[in-house]
Amino acid sequence: MTAVAIEGVWKFYGDYPALKDISFNVDGGACLALLGRNGAGKTTLLRILAGLSKTAKGSITILGADARAEKTRQKIGVLGHGIGVYEELSAFENLKLFAKLYDMSDPQKTALEWLERTGLERVKDGLVREFSRGMRQRLAVARAFLHNPSLLLLDEPFTALDDRAIAVLQGLLKTALEEGRTIIMSTHQLREALELATDVALINRGKLAFRGERTREMLEDPGWLYRHYGEA
Amino acid sequence: MNFFRQALAIAGKDLRSEVRSKETVNASLSFALVILLLFSFAFDPSAEATREMAGGLLWLVFAFAGTLILNRSFARELVNDCLDALISSPASGAQLFLGKCLANYVLLLIVESVCLPIFIVFYDAHWPKQAWLLFVVMLLGTWGITVIGTLFSAMTVNLRLRELMLPTLIYPMLIPALMGAIQLSTVLIAGEPLGADNQVWFRLLVGFDVIFTILAVGLVEIVLVG
Repeated sequence: MTAVAIEGVWKFYGDYPALKDISFNVDGGACLALLGRNGAGKTTLLRILAGLSKTAKGSITILGADARAEKTRQKIGVLGHGIGVYEELSAFENLKLFAKLYDMSDPQKTALEWLERTGLERVKDGLVREFSRGMRQRLAVARAFLHNPSLLLLDEPFTALDDRAIAVLQGLLKTALEEGRTIIMSTHQLREALELATDVALINRGKLAFRGERTREMLEDPGWLYRHYGEA
Repeated sequence: MNFFRQALAIAGKDLRSEVRSKETVNASLSFALVILLLFSFAFDPSAEATREMAGGLLWLVFAFAGTLILNRSFARELVNDCLDALISSPASGAQLFLGKCLANYVLLLIVESVCLPIFIVFYDAHWPKQAWLLFVVMLLGTWGITVIGTLFSAMTVNLRLRELMLPTLIYPMLIPALMGAIQLSTVLIAGEPLGADNQVWFRLLVGFDVIFTILAVGLVEIVLVG
């Protein structure tokens, strides 16, 4: 079953085409590593998939519906560049707020459960502004996962994470894949991404340069894809 | 019910953040008190002419001070990319907007409730005989300021000069609401009864609030996502 269908997508910033006629599908239960150099268009594509931006041309279908439909957003978890949590609220208040926004039946229980899963239960009443960087990142991971999304959109998820946060995130991603959820993640950390990925898409200057399954060759030599399909 | 549950969750989050940081209420209140003080030096409080423009002075203070609260409404969401987290959640643009409006409304009313008695003391005015009517005017006028201000706060959130742009954009839009609120407040502060000729200002205020609330709720999704 197709989880994400991207059809002829164009996106412009002013006159500059950030995405040029991108088309591909992602099957349900797949983990797609979205690769490309800085400025290739990875974040732009992920923002469109997350419903944060609109296409100039083309269409996006996520789990059979429009990307901005309420029921679609209910099924998507987004972890972007920012942590997306409030400095003046406690860890517990942040997760409870998002559990309410995602219409969870028991927001309090959900928040406590995810504080425990991310190792933040001891500081649940501490304000985020007092948290270390690693604690903030784990809280951001909890925010993105707390509603058990069917599709996870992760933009550079391993960048600037501390060891504990990487371990938490890798564990959650492996569990998500075992449960048949779909993951799309953009990254520069090729080795970590390719170990987890089942599929690969390479974007080069806004154009889709490669789309296929992850092969053994890519795992053994992560730079291979760039040498063959990317810019010199 | 979910619609209001999510809007109230957003309003509660904004109010809780403000209670802890006190960043906008303190700034807005200080600014309002300074303007009230300066106006009391600029205009002779006992002069009849000053009493005739009491409503105007009061609502200028409310509008100026309110801008400081409204400016921060969406700007505070930029920290840690919280706005993206909100927009990608299932909460609709309308829920997000109404939640923000409610929080701004409460904050503005707090500032106004502190300013009104101080205004009465500074300008040697008497507590209006029909104080409840003045409160109704404040509720209606403040909702108008809040709705327009919150919408334009969303519109200007990504602009570099948003602090300058917001007042430039909202004051012209607010002219009808401010005119109604000023006319009615002047009559009530002077202790005069509201006559039939003032009904039109009431209707204007109510109409302004209803029309712009519907328009803002309808437009906010486009403003936020494009």
